[in-house]
Amino acid sequence: MAREVDTVLTIASLLPDLLGTYGDAGNALVLASRARARGISIELLEMRRDDELPEASLYFMGGGEDGPQRLACEVLRASSLGARVRDGANVFAVCAGLQILGQHFSVEGDDEFTGLGLVDIATRRGTTRSVGDICVQVGDHLLVGFENHGGVTTLGEGVRALGDVRNGRGNDGVVDGFRAGTMWATYAHGPVLAQNPWLADELLATVLGEDVEPLSSVADLLYEERCRVLSPHSSFEVRRKDPH
Amino acid sequence: MSSGFSLRERAAMMAVRGANWASRAAHRGAGTVAGGQIGLKIAPDLLASLAVGRTVVLVSGTNGKTTTTALIAAGWGGDVASNTTGANMPAGHVAALVRDRTGRVVLETDEAWLGDVMTATQPKVVVLLNLSRDQLDRANEVRRIAERWRAAIAALGSATIVVANANDPLVVYAACDAPNVRWCDVPTPWRADAQSCPRCTLAIDYDVAGWRCACGFAKPTDLTTSLDGPLRVAGQTLELALGVPGVFNEANAAMALSALREVGSDLQDALQRVNAVSTVAGRFSVRTWRGRRVRLLLAKNPAGFEALLWTLGPGDDDVWIAINAHLADGHDPSWLYDVAFETLRGRTVWCLGERRLDLATRLAYADVSVKVVDDLEQLPVSEEPVTLFANYTAFSEWLERSTPC
Repeated sequence: MAREVDTVLTIASLLPDLLGTYGDAGNALVLASRARARGISIELLEMRRDDELPEASLYFMGGGEDGPQRLACEVLRASSLGARVRDGANVFAVCAGLQILGQHFSVEGDDEFTGLGLVDIATRRGTTRSVGDICVQVGDHLLVGFENHGGVTTLGEGVRALGDVRNGRGNDGVVDGFRAGTMWATYAHGPVLAQNPWLADELLATVLGEDVEPLSSVADLLYEERCRVLSPHSSFEVRRKDPH
Repeated sequence: MSSGFSLRERAAMMAVRGANWASRAAHRGAGTVAGGQIGLKIAPDLLASLAVGRTVVLVSGTNGKTTTTALIAAGWGGDVASNTTGANMPAGHVAALVRDRTGRVVLETDEAWLGDVMTATQPKVVVLLNLSRDQLDRANEVRRIAERWRAAIAALGSATIVVANANDPLVVYAACDAPNVRWCDVPTPWRADAQSCPRCTLAIDYDVAGWRCACGFAKPTDLTTSLDGPLRVAGQTLELALGVPGVFNEANAAMALSALREVGSDLQDALQRVNAVSTVAGRFSVRTWRGRRVRLLLAKNPAGFEALLWTLGPGDDDVWIAINAHLADGHDPSWLYDVAFETLRGRTVWCLGERRLDLATRLAYADVSVKVVDDLEQLPVSEEPVTLFANYTAFSEWLERSTPC
């Protein structure tokens, strides 16, 4: 490892007290752990409800129940998150976090709430909840995880989906999440970076602005297993982290 | 006992008995669910008819249902009808009430079914323990459960007494409009699901005295039961010396005794019987497997898992953890990231069950060293005792696999 020891990456979890329904804290933990394994120093911060938004290179947003989701949106609207993102900070959002970033979303019946408007997407309540395993083709990788939400999200013109749904529902049964500028989002909730080490490393490399060295861990076995289970008939070949 | 059963209901009860008997004869368990399902198909109102004229206590909540139900059954003394096998939906209730026709009934009740079961059984007492994240793929959102409880409880008559945990804002939200409520001040460390007010969504502030929201929604002050020091129920001091471990079981026992007061039990007598309980449906029991003493703990959601991790002594017990993700476990093991496994640092954990790789990955990210066990033959042969945490179906497998000490 030829890395300079003084690289410090600041990661902040946004409102884990409101947006952290089911293991979502795992994503920051995983990213920090994989960065440290490459000799990168990590400062891991949390912004709770009454805190100011901390300065960070990467913000994590989790999932949440309807009431807390609305409250989280209000708190973040009053914060400098929008300005930070326009200045180039990265955001990785799942589930409710994805919905909050958009123009508007519906929770609790058909009441519509104004989102942060950082990306041109809109979420309405679907007729049924989307609950179950999800598998998404992202470039030449599979993203595997679990979704549990009631939203149907429509991407505005020019907003790119994160990937194509192979299994499960995602935004609308066809595509999942989005990539918009420095923002990444998926409906695969919880510790999606734990199940998808390639995604954690791609995010890390993007935030650092440079490639990261391969890192093998038990998470690779988990990823292979989930790909086998969720995409058994796929002609797609599971890519192993190959040091060459 | 009422004998006012219709012909259809009597036929249904015979079918339940028949199915229970056939299942036992085939050694496929007590047949509780299958028999009850058949009975309810023949006579949909069978649960209501079976409950007529009986004193019913219902127990619900995310954690502690089975234990609290067992403590109430034991503490009541004598013959008590109860769904002791954990079949906690109406089919299980029907089977239990057909099997045992005694007038005293305590039923563990699934959170999602509580409203229906209250309507059917017209209980004397409803015990509401706690609400936290558990099997969200089935229940979706914890707050939805609290809303459903609230609606069902608001419809209760004044003949029903609600015994409720005053330290859980979601439970208080559900119970505060009950015509008759007894508040219990019992330890409830898990707060992650009640950070925002269930009434208005603003922040809930917690301090040593309790919790409150700016909207005025706050911990009740008219407490019947307290456990900050010796247990006190309605002015009586009770010396808890429980055979089941952990602070969480003290909370369960406090609520069990509070319920028993409402059905007229002598509390000191009930206390002796509650103290004598040392294992509940195999939980907390020490078993033997391949010559090793295995302490078997059911750990199936974050709040419950953390409470059990605190019972782990500083000793050298090997730790095994078995995680499955069947329907009864919840299909989504994301919750493993809500458990503070960092407390296991310095130990090696043997990872078992169908989702052992999810578990091993979680533990590795907590800097706990892991061994992934693909085959039970890989487990070390030793004389040393083991503590085994397992979620629902994994627990059942280990109960079957091991033998009593």
